[in-house]
Amino acid sequence: MAENIKKKEQTTTHKIGIYLWIWGLLFVLSFFSYMVDWFQFQGLLRWTLILIFMFLKAGLIMAFFMHLFWERYTLVNVLLWPMTAIACFVGLMVAEFQYTVFTRFLYFVLGS
Amino acid sequence: MDQAALKKLPKGWKSIPSDLNSDQTAFKGVQWGKAMMWIFLLSDTFIFSCFLLSYMKGRGSTVEPWPNPSEVFALDFMGVPVPLLLIAIMTFVLITSSGTMALAVKYGYEKNRKMCGWFIVATALGGLTFVGMQAFEWSKLIHEGVRPWENPFGAAQFGSFFFMITGFHGTHVSIGVIFLFIFARKVFKGDFDSGKRGYFTTMKSNYVAIEILGLYWHFVDLVWVFIFAFFYLW
Repeated sequence: MAENIKKKEQTTTHKIGIYLWIWGLLFVLSFFSYMVDWFQFQGLLRWTLILIFMFLKAGLIMAFFMHLFWERYTLVNVLLWPMTAIACFVGLMVAEFQYTVFTRFLYFVLGS
Repeated sequence: MDQAALKKLPKGWKSIPSDLNSDQTAFKGVQWGKAMMWIFLLSDTFIFSCFLLSYMKGRGSTVEPWPNPSEVFALDFMGVPVPLLLIAIMTFVLITSSGTMALAVKYGYEKNRKMCGWFIVATALGGLTFVGMQAFEWSKLIHEGVRPWENPFGAAQFGSFFFMITGFHGTHVSIGVIFLFIFARKVFKGDFDSGKRGYFTTMKSNYVAIEILGLYWHFVDLVWVFIFAFFYLW
């Protein structure tokens, strides 16, 4: 019986190869995002590259290192929808800063 | 819930209504401590997201020029300023410690006590290195005159956001390092093999605790991914 339980518990582990692969990919992606700064890409290209590498890294860590890829959909959805909501909130507030900086320029700098 | 019973349950999208309506545990196959850690991490995500939000808005709406991060965080190497050198090393150190933590969790579930313990110690040493480099970076910037209320490079908000965000993250790393050492000791003592009960709980120790600790540590790495992108590279 005890033998039986031990066997069942062991099915939750994964091969070492998958962890080493993800580890390597994280190194490569970090190197790429450092290169974005090294080559001094500017403007839209810079921000797009930074965001792509960032979301790839975050996704790999959550999916494989934090085992979300193997979890049941209930837990995954309970976690990811609130995170999506707060990402939208961040997006909304960031979109608003242009209005703030516009009014500041208007009243502080131009002084009218 | 054991693996055989889990396999009989519905898969994919159909599993959501059936799991939630089962009048039992909603997160099937997830130990309660792991579910609690995930919910804590979700709330921590909200805290860091609010920092990110206020930082992006503060940076975007200041009328003074924002200091150029790749110049402020440059480090002289052989007399040449290399942009973001220390930050890049810190990033690689933290990713390395995340990888060793993942292996510790794997060896824990395989009940390989020695390997699990040594990988946790390696993770803790990586975390200590990270905190040490962060302390060096802070003292360098403070020496150059960066304060929460002013700095010689540009917009005054830079200092307050920098110290607040990296300080909060560094606190998380430090707490993680303390817990890593505590759990490394428990692993080496064999508490997880004998099922010894802990100080604060009547529950038997189980290697699931290592996965829960791992979740926290990977989250710390995850937050750094976002800080690296938005604060240092942006």
